[in-house]
Amino acid sequence: MDTAVENKKKATRKKTNKPKYNKETYLNWYELMLRIRRFEERALMAYGQQKIRGFCHVYIGQEAVSAGIESALKPGDAIVTAYRQHGIALGRGVSAKAAMAELYGKKTGIVKGKGGSMHFFFAENKYFGGNGIVGAQIPIGTGIGFAEKYKGTDNLCVTMFGDGAARQGALHESFNMAMSWKLPVLYICENNGYAMGTSVGRTTNVADIYKLGLGYDMPSEQVDGMSPESVHEAVAKAAKHIRAGKGPYFLEIQTYRYKGHSVSDPAKYRTKEEVESYKEKDPIKVTEKGIIANKIATSQEINKIKEKVKAEIEEAVTFAENSDFPDPSGLYEDNYMQKDYPFIKD
Amino acid sequence: MARELALRDALNEAMSEEMRRDETVFLMGEEVAEYNGAYKVSKGMLDEFGPRRVIDTPIAELGFTGIGVGAAMNGLRPIIEFMTWNFAVLAFDQIVNNAAKTLSQSGGQFKCPIVFRGPSGAAGQLAQQHSQTFESWMGNVPGLKVISCIDPADAKGLLKSAIRDDDPICVMESELLYGYKGEVPEGEYLVPIGVARVRKEGTDVTIVSYNKMVLTALEAAEELAKEGISAEVIDLRTIRPLDYGTVVNSVKKTNRLVVVDEAWPFAGVSAEVAYEIQKYAFDYLDAPVTRVNSADTSLGYAPTFVEEYLPNPAKVIKAVKEVMYIKG
Repeated sequence: MDTAVENKKKATRKKTNKPKYNKETYLNWYELMLRIRRFEERALMAYGQQKIRGFCHVYIGQEAVSAGIESALKPGDAIVTAYRQHGIALGRGVSAKAAMAELYGKKTGIVKGKGGSMHFFFAENKYFGGNGIVGAQIPIGTGIGFAEKYKGTDNLCVTMFGDGAARQGALHESFNMAMSWKLPVLYICENNGYAMGTSVGRTTNVADIYKLGLGYDMPSEQVDGMSPESVHEAVAKAAKHIRAGKGPYFLEIQTYRYKGHSVSDPAKYRTKEEVESYKEKDPIKVTEKGIIANKIATSQEINKIKEKVKAEIEEAVTFAENSDFPDPSGLYEDNYMQKDYPFIKD
Repeated sequence: MARELALRDALNEAMSEEMRRDETVFLMGEEVAEYNGAYKVSKGMLDEFGPRRVIDTPIAELGFTGIGVGAAMNGLRPIIEFMTWNFAVLAFDQIVNNAAKTLSQSGGQFKCPIVFRGPSGAAGQLAQQHSQTFESWMGNVPGLKVISCIDPADAKGLLKSAIRDDDPICVMESELLYGYKGEVPEGEYLVPIGVARVRKEGTDVTIVSYNKMVLTALEAAEELAKEGISAEVIDLRTIRPLDYGTVVNSVKKTNRLVVVDEAWPFAGVSAEVAYEIQKYAFDYLDAPVTRVNSADTSLGYAPTFVEEYLPNPAKVIKAVKEVMYIKG
């Protein structure tokens, strides 16, 4: 069976109706997911206007993953992920202004125009970045967790990657050492069904990605990624296990991207019906419906959030538009910590 | 006061001293702990520092190098040992794409203070995959620094500087010369990164080299002295950033340059030094810059191949005579 269809079935199966968390939690999830969605829509528009260049991989459809992870973590925990990372960064507290300005390549961007779409970093909230080499962040996240254990903290590192990266050798080397050394690492595979244009089933005999953890005796589970509730629950459970000193945990979170791999991808490798079927389970719509139906908040409160987010994103675009590009001499900054490094300039 | 120490013991002292002074420094690699190091560089360190800080890894270069990079980004100072730089090729993604670029792509938010170390270069009849040099490869990458030095005293001081440095540094040693002895000062000292050293002063020709080829150059210089030719021998010690000033000043005095470089000839350290000299000492040159490299081939196993492949004193002497227009 096609993996994407299979994912959809599982996503449907785990749908929850009764509210389990307080009002603040639901509204925070809703607001963050909406912020990510509106940010990405506006980024796509700016890309079309050629104001954003380079590669641009948007997170539309996957918002519930970021929302559910963030609500289940505590301050001090770290996150590292791959290049589809605007949503993760916003979840980590990167402002829409600093994120949009980065996409515009402006010096007010979160990394001063040095990273662009694939490389946001935010040291203050322990966001170790968007990594552009598929799977390279898996050992790095393992090392971030290693350092936490070495320092004797109870922090963990959420190490995220896609279904494509799950086939890199780096994953197996990391899983092995993390289990062997009982490192505080929560591995999360965001399985959106496609490694660029290649569906999961076309590159493997083991389409259930969570099973890759089982070979190392790592606790491993599949999670519905279209619901912030299910993501939160799974992450909270895993974090408890990790903080108890029992070592790493692996979650395969099944999600879906509505857009192509990157802006330049028309996504002809999948059917319109498949995409539409996921949009019916849209995490933002479903969460909004649940909030209203269960009387968690009023439609006025929801509208207020919508307006707030809309204004925030517009402000971010204005900020990005009005900011300056970095001075060309900045090219020589941040290559070395050594301030007087003798660059070859002839 | 100085005493005689083998290169491996000088390196051991450098790591141990730095681990005593800084709790965030740790050593990780294949066979570094219980086996005491494949070449005994880390002998006794497990006993002193324990398994938390001297860590045996599985054979997974990409994985443990990436773990080192992540740990460095998160506040530690890892020393990653490669049994040989030939195996580090499996980890180049982490060295080149991450360690070297973390500071830049994070806009200065995350530094990566990490040392990657191990032997580089041919070490007998080890054939194609175990005989390569990596100074030029790593030296090509902005964001990295590269040290390549076999003098025990200098290597110790340089490794200590590297461990304290806030940038990622590749340290190239030599399998053949871990037992090579030299005078090493007692007590605390550092050798600055990026400064070459004149190992033998001379007036007629400059021979620039690094790592174990420095010994080849010195041997050639001794032979040349018997023929009345005075060669100045410079040990680069650091490949990136390269100390061009010392080389240029020497060439201004001798007017002739031979580069002895175990790397392959194409786009390597020898080519880089030659470029800088034609640029900054062109008017001082009395002959074209000449170089002695390993052959532009893979290295085969048989002893005849090794002899043909590597630079040796005879080849260096021939090159010196060439730039001095001496026949025979």
